Amino acid sequence: MATLKVAFAAAMLSLGMSATASAQTHYGIGRPATAAEIAGWNIDINREGTNLPPGSGNVAHGREVFEAQCSSCHGNKGEGGIGDKLVGGQGTLASAKPIKTVGSYWPYATTLFDYIRRAMPLNAPQSLSNDDVYALSAYLLSLNGIVPDTATLDAKSLAAIKMPNRDGFVADPRPDVKDKRCMKDCKP
Amino acid sequence: MDQKRKDSASRSRRRFLTDSTAIIGGAVAAAAAPAGALADDKAPSNGNLPPNVPEWMKAPGADVGSQPYGTPSPFEKNVIRNIPKNQPQYTSSASRTPIQDLDGIITPNGLFYERHHGGIPEIDPAQHRLMIHGLVDKPLVLTVEDVRRFPSQSRIHFLECSGNPSYTAMKGKTASDLVGLVSCGEWTGVPLKILLQEAGIKPGAKWVIAEGADAAAMTRSIPIEKCLDDAMIVYSQNGERLRPAQGYPLRVFLPGFEGNMNIKWVRRLHITDEPVYSREETSKYTDLLPSGKARQFTFYMEAKSIITRPSGTQKIEKGFNEITGIAWSGHGKIAKVDVSVDGGKSWKAATLQEPVLTRALTRFRLPWTWDGSPVVIMSRATDETGYVQPSFEELTKPRGLNSFYHNNAIMRWQIAANGEVTNGNA
Repeated sequence: MATLKVAFAAAMLSLGMSATASAQTHYGIGRPATAAEIAGWNIDINREGTNLPPGSGNVAHGREVFEAQCSSCHGNKGEGGIGDKLVGGQGTLASAKPIKTVGSYWPYATTLFDYIRRAMPLNAPQSLSNDDVYALSAYLLSLNGIVPDTATLDAKSLAAIKMPNRDGFVADPRPDVKDKRCMKDCKP
Repeated sequence: MDQKRKDSASRSRRRFLTDSTAIIGGAVAAAAAPAGALADDKAPSNGNLPPNVPEWMKAPGADVGSQPYGTPSPFEKNVIRNIPKNQPQYTSSASRTPIQDLDGIITPNGLFYERHHGGIPEIDPAQHRLMIHGLVDKPLVLTVEDVRRFPSQSRIHFLECSGNPSYTAMKGKTASDLVGLVSCGEWTGVPLKILLQEAGIKPGAKWVIAEGADAAAMTRSIPIEKCLDDAMIVYSQNGERLRPAQGYPLRVFLPGFEGNMNIKWVRRLHITDEPVYSREETSKYTDLLPSGKARQFTFYMEAKSIITRPSGTQKIEKGFNEITGIAWSGHGKIAKVDVSVDGGKSWKAATLQEPVLTRALTRFRLPWTWDGSPVVIMSRATDETGYVQPSFEELTKPRGLNSFYHNNAIMRWQIAANGEVTNGNA
């Protein structure tokens, strides 16, 4: 039976179905991760907003947190400085000087929560409360005209936002350039 | 030991100490001279040149073990990372490998390029854990020692940042300024496939989200096909444990994929059905086109090459010069490197130095005699898939100038009548 299982797994692999094949060899190394350990470490927020934590924050509180924690690098209104420009640029992506910001370029609002919580502020990441992160997300989205300045965001409302550049991305078509290996009388 | 021999040994030791101080002092003075400065054979004051016996032959050198971890000669003190000046901050920044100063294909560990987004964490390996969870039968926690118990592999591969250089930053003076965000080493670790099989992959698993234990908690989504192919969890580079700047104690290594995805200090692998669409794979590391749309999940580094000697800021002499450089491709082995010494009108196949390895730097060489007239020289790589490194003009036809990432255009060096080499990318 075990042999059959291995043979079946090998057949699945050869059919290119490796992702669904069950494990062939177990070394018995390591220990099980507990649910509490996973919950403590897993801070991934996908585009559906799965795993967004409880809590909420509004634009007015976001402005206060931004001015205290973010404006020294990103400017008073998110206009940029040492840190990235966070506001504006909508309608510039196809121009000679595109301006890529949260408002003009980011496809998913949920990524704001994920990124601010894991990496910002640069000098003290993972120090903000979930309410503060919701509030900052609301403030940045309001500066970009995506939510009104009266908005309060939580897991459900953040995930429901459709960003202006939601459909701005395409798959990788490379190789997109097929130059020839010219050896003589080539175009310099 | 009798008294006489003891005294003699003691005198010899004292003399050695005095002389070695003098030598070290001399070394510092000499090292401060311009790089490449040669001692003048005609200067009568220099007693170290023929027919005299040099001073370092007249007394014993430094003791065995005087450097418990060896460092380069003090005369090589200018061969260091190319660190940009006047950055507003260095927490999220990059430094480059001095490729024009290196030979062969292996980058010394201390000269690997760096790109960090939240600084370099100092991680105690005893307190580091790798967690594997998500669409698996058995979520796992592994210690660094656990990871080292699995069957291991060592492979030589390049690692390259995808913005090397951007399409609007082709003005660098040196080869390092242009494409110094590439390094190559021998990586030892466990195939990622083995770790995923240990946890047991569930149906529907299509992506692995890797997260670093740095202050950026750097996160990228990796397609499961790559994870089950040649991806590794690495703990050593060039024989020794990873340097902190390269992800100590554990990092992801994805041969041929853009550097950012090779998550350093990896602490978590989250197996999912969808990418996480992290900030790095949406607002960064996406390639904006003239249409305003952007390419996403542009993983592979395409074939590229550059002449490292002669290259920018160097000066050559009339007569024989060896042209040499490096070539690499994320799609496999380098098949050919051609060199032009007439601005791209005609090309000659260079010799490839063995070993020519898949997804590794390959050293090329072409003997050349320079007649002293101004020329433009350049190299062009072809990989085993038949893909030819394009000109900047051809490359930017579909991509425009705002794509930022994955610029693998041919790089040109201009040589003036006086032998000075400068950037020739007009």
